[in-house]
Amino acid sequence: MTIDSATMRHLSEAQVSVELETEDMTLNIGPQHPSTHGVLRLVAKIDGERAYDVQPVIGYMHRGYEKICEVRSYPQITTIVNRIDWVSGYANEIPFIVAAEKLMEVEVPPRAQYIRLVLTEMARISSHLVFMASYPLELGAATPLFFALRERERVLELLESVTGGRFHPNFNRIGGVKPAAGAGPTQKKTTQDLPSDFLSETMDAMEHMFKICDELEDLVAGNEIILARTRGVGKVPVEVAAAYGLSGPNLRASGAAFDLRKIEHYLPYDDFEFDVVTGTNGDCWDRWYCRLQEIRESAKIIQQAIDGIPSGDLQAKVPKMIKVPKGETYVRAENPKGEMGYYLVSDGNLGPYRLKIRSASFSNLSILPWALEGVLVPDIIAIMGSLDFVLGDVDR
Amino acid sequence: MIELLTDLFSNFWISLAGKLALVALMIPLIGMALGFAEIKLSAKMQARVGPYFAGGRWGWAQLIADGIKFFQKEDIIPAAADRPVFKMAPMLVLVSTVALLVVIPFGPGLIFQDLSVGIFYALAISSLSTIGILMAGWSSGNKYSLIGGLRAAGQLIAYELPLVLAVVGSVIMAGTMSMSGIVEAQIEAGFPYVIFQFVGFGIFIVAALAELTRIPFDMPIAESELVMGYLTEYSGFRFLFFFLAEFANMFTLSAIAVTLFLGGYWLPGIPESALELAGPAILLGKVFLLAFVMIWFRWTFPRFREDQLQTLAWKWLIPLALVNIAVTGILKVVL
Repeated sequence: MTIDSATMRHLSEAQVSVELETEDMTLNIGPQHPSTHGVLRLVAKIDGERAYDVQPVIGYMHRGYEKICEVRSYPQITTIVNRIDWVSGYANEIPFIVAAEKLMEVEVPPRAQYIRLVLTEMARISSHLVFMASYPLELGAATPLFFALRERERVLELLESVTGGRFHPNFNRIGGVKPAAGAGPTQKKTTQDLPSDFLSETMDAMEHMFKICDELEDLVAGNEIILARTRGVGKVPVEVAAAYGLSGPNLRASGAAFDLRKIEHYLPYDDFEFDVVTGTNGDCWDRWYCRLQEIRESAKIIQQAIDGIPSGDLQAKVPKMIKVPKGETYVRAENPKGEMGYYLVSDGNLGPYRLKIRSASFSNLSILPWALEGVLVPDIIAIMGSLDFVLGDVDR
Repeated sequence: MIELLTDLFSNFWISLAGKLALVALMIPLIGMALGFAEIKLSAKMQARVGPYFAGGRWGWAQLIADGIKFFQKEDIIPAAADRPVFKMAPMLVLVSTVALLVVIPFGPGLIFQDLSVGIFYALAISSLSTIGILMAGWSSGNKYSLIGGLRAAGQLIAYELPLVLAVVGSVIMAGTMSMSGIVEAQIEAGFPYVIFQFVGFGIFIVAALAELTRIPFDMPIAESELVMGYLTEYSGFRFLFFFLAEFANMFTLSAIAVTLFLGGYWLPGIPESALELAGPAILLGKVFLLAFVMIWFRWTFPRFREDQLQTLAWKWLIPLALVNIAVTGILKVVL
């Protein structure tokens, strides 16, 4: 039996190509995975430990909020928007309520504005503490989780003492804030205000928060392995970050001092002194450190706000039946995760005609294919975690 | 009565059966003791209470309850799995651990088998568990398991050399490879070898952590990346085997480190005649001290990346270990 030369050559070529080519493996990370923050799915082609062509697949959590909002009245919508980014539920209410108030031309009493500001910053602290908890866990360190969550619990308890809710306060009303917790139909309206010891307790908690930040910095930033895992990993230059629409700490970590609290005037932030924290390299480490510093800045803002909180009403005079005049507006706010905006179109009815929600996490996540090109599998998790998105905020 | 027992155990087969029964009893006991220590210590470090109710006090029966639970579970083997390999992998991992116990001296003469090449045997057997891990990862029919298994294999190549080289210093100082011989040499010298072999000791602990696939070197498991790595598809008593093996391995590797560097069953100041009885307790105390350090590391450090482990092993640990051997050799000849 003989093999002709053409076949021989063919076989030898096949041999060569088998030796040189390795086959990529398609790895589905998620939707059920310990560190995809919910139901994100990443389809990655991996060659050994290196990942190429990583595509995020989203939509597993789509709840149709924009559509639901069209068939709800304005006071009902705060319950829905609370659940967009559930880690900082309170902060989601603000831009929507401000948008409605802007169209109605309602002047919110200063005390209500200050309460809103304090609670928003507390929501920011609790959201950033979740990041402080989950990010080291994604790098393999389990202990910071418990320290950060313990402190978050303290903040949530304070939030609960005012609003009655830990995650979904549903505390804002058009024209002000809800009379404080415990004020049921049996209570007289004149007594309805913040719980008596809330302000002093918050002051103490914020004082404590500085210590906790130092402790977390010691525990996490003092660790060589964390530095080795995050420094120079997932670098996002500021132009790329801006091009993908990153906002919040993710954008600031790249070096852009872009903070809507300084630009927009949706809450009286101009009354307070605080720094816009920026990073330099835009790597995972900067994103972590920016958030830690923002906790400190938020605590500073809260302390200043409590020092100067005016007395007065919690609620402006608004009609019993809330109808927003015809018109459209866009209000954006600096949420813990980044820029959150509501484009509100009203046709003069009880509910909005259309409510477009611009959520921060959606845009923040959009950089994943760019940022994850050619990185190692462990770095996929490190970079993804450092962007700190919430899937409810992505899919809405 | 005692004569009868001595007579009985002078029979090779009966003494073998007795030793086997002792080992079979030791593995779950050690696993449970260390597992419980890990649970409670991690709780302490993380401002938690840990198990509290099982057994009535401090949750001491938690791991017994867990063990019973594991045995009640359905034995799930994935459809895509390579069944015989999948079933064999946990046994291989456990067997390598059991076989390691053989050469650990618990006291003078208190050793299952005093091999003349004891430490050589121990190092060879300890890398068997990685084969088991690779088998588990390969046979599971799961991509995460596969990556985990291959990571374990990569890790084996990186840390096995420093592990072996770190041991050489002690062997040179003792002039023997027998485990009990090394302890006796330390008793004779009057100091534990860690005083001169601190570099070797450090390298040994780092490499042992990598061998145990514990944080900071738990890349083969890496639950935030690979779900549970090579363990992803295991459940029930097969998972229990891996779990037991992990803690028993922690014990045996700590015991080897104690024997080589910390004087084994011997403590300065304790008369040699008392070692027969006090030896096992001293060894256990030292082992638990080392195990505590490992648990402490686990709940303090994050995880290295695979390439960082390779860098650490090849660029730092191996050169350091080689220098250590050279210096030890020169000093041994000169002094």
